[in-house]
This record gives sequence, structure tokens and C-alpha cells, in this order.
Amino acid sequence: MALNIWRFASPQVIYPIAGRMIPGFMLAAAVLALAGLYIGFFVAPTDFQQGESYRIIFIHVPAAWMSMLIYVVMAFWCAIGMIMRTRLSFMMALALAPTGALMTFIALWTGALWGKPAWGTWWVWDARLTSELILLFLYIGFLSLHAAIDDVRRADRAAGLLALVGVINVPIIYFSVQWWNTLHQGASVSLTRAPSMASTMLAGMLIMVLSAWMYSIAASLMRLRIIILEREADADWVQEQIVPIAQGAKP
Amino acid sequence: MNWGSAAEFFAMGGYADYVWGAYGITVLVIVAELLSLARRKRTCLRRISRRVTLQESER
Repeated sequence: MALNIWRFASPQVIYPIAGRMIPGFMLAAAVLALAGLYIGFFVAPTDFQQGESYRIIFIHVPAAWMSMLIYVVMAFWCAIGMIMRTRLSFMMALALAPTGALMTFIALWTGALWGKPAWGTWWVWDARLTSELILLFLYIGFLSLHAAIDDVRRADRAAGLLALVGVINVPIIYFSVQWWNTLHQGASVSLTRAPSMASTMLAGMLIMVLSAWMYSIAASLMRLRIIILEREADADWVQEQIVPIAQGAKP
Repeated sequence: MNWGSAAEFFAMGGYADYVWGAYGITVLVIVAELLSLARRKRTCLRRISRRVTLQESER
């Protein structure tokens, strides 16, 4: 007996599954954030060069990583939507975009507040900072383009195409510190060599990265459920199952 | 333990504005996202239930 995976491409099937997953991811995000911040503020030592200002790293790096990862996942779902013509894929992409934009904003904001004490300037047009700013514009462009087209199917495809073209920016962000001479420092963490930071700093940062993952999944699933409701408003399963529960009636 | 007192903790070695400015806005943005999600869901459910009521009254 083969499990029919196409079942999971149905909004009606995903809606309750997503609903059951959200509390777990939110709880994990909160617990990991508490643990990560405890290590970040109370266990990790003061940096010998930057003093306490480096503690911005515990949100800056997780947010910056998520901003790139969410974009790739969003573009992946757009590609699947275009190839397989599954409605849910575009809903996934649309659910991820605002959280991705938010992570990009946090990365830029915390970067500015870290840049001032570390480099003496809030902002510089170097390759890393500029390409991350372009990422924010790509998220905003994706959402604006989608909102500007009334026909949902056409909006999905047009915004999806924009998302796919924009993927080229992600490796540019990632490798910008190698390809160009940037004020932004190179990677402190890589797969090929030992990280250039104290192990407690690294532990705090990685736990915060996990927390950012959990939060992003939870927030995106919450938005996915809303998008499903908005798009399936006329469907029988929404009107017969979801609305009575929302109105407080017994099912 | 890095801090002798709570005041020392909040002073962040002279970098309080930068560190707490970064953390403060992050918390604010996350709270804003969650609130806007809750509001969007409420609006959506209200609109659908109004439509259902309308359809029932037409029957």
C-alpha cells in the first residue's frame, strides 16, 4: 500500500496538521531562546577586543542566516508551484515571505547597531551590506507584486518568477566577504575549519540559530493557515468545519 | 558570571544603547508580527462567517 503523498498537497489536509504543529515549534523557540540568551549573556565571556558590544551577535547572525535560508526555501516552493502546479506551494512561499523580510530587517538593524561601535559607522555600501539590503527589497518586491495582481494564479506565477530570479542574490550575499574587499568581516563559522570564536560564544549563537528556525517555522505555519482560509473561503470544509468552531459552536 | 550587579548588566560595559537597541527592536518586531497574524486571522474568520450567515439567510 503506497502512501499517497499528494494528499499533503491539499490545503484541507495541511490546515489541521499545521495547527497541531505550531504550539510545539513556538515552545521550542521560546525555550531555546531562553537557553541561548542565558549562555549569551551570563556564560559567554566579554570579548577582548569589542567588549560587551559583540553580544549583538546572538541575534545578528541567526537573523542573517534565516534571512537567506527563508529566501531559498521560498524560491524552492515557487519552483515547485510552477512545475507541479500545486496551489499549496505558492501559499507556502507567500507565508514565508513576511517572516523572511522581518529576519532581513533584524539582520540589517542589529548590524547597524553593531557597526557603529565596531567600525565607527552605522552603514557602509560594501558588498555584504548592500546585497543584504537588496534581499530586503526582493522580499518587499515579491509581496508588493503579489498584492498588486488581482488574479491569484497570475499573482502567484509573476511573484514566483521574481523570487526565482532573485535567488542569484543569496550566494552573492554569502560569498560577498570572499569575493570583494568588504568592511564586514569574513565568516566566523564554516564547515571546513575551526570557528574563530570562544566555544561558549559559539554555543550561545548556535542555540539562538535553532530558536530562530523554530520561530520562523511557527510564524510561517500560522500565516499559512490564514492564507489557506483566505483562499478557500468558499470551500465547504471551511464553511462547515472551521467557521462553527470559530463562532464557538460545538462541532 | 560576567556581571557584579544588575546595574552593571544593564550598562553592558558602556554599550547599553547598541546592545539593548538591537534586542529591543528585535522583540518589538516579533511581537508586532504575532499581533498582526492574530488580527489577520480574526478578520478573515469574521468575513467568512458573515458570508456563511448571509448564504443561510438566502436559502
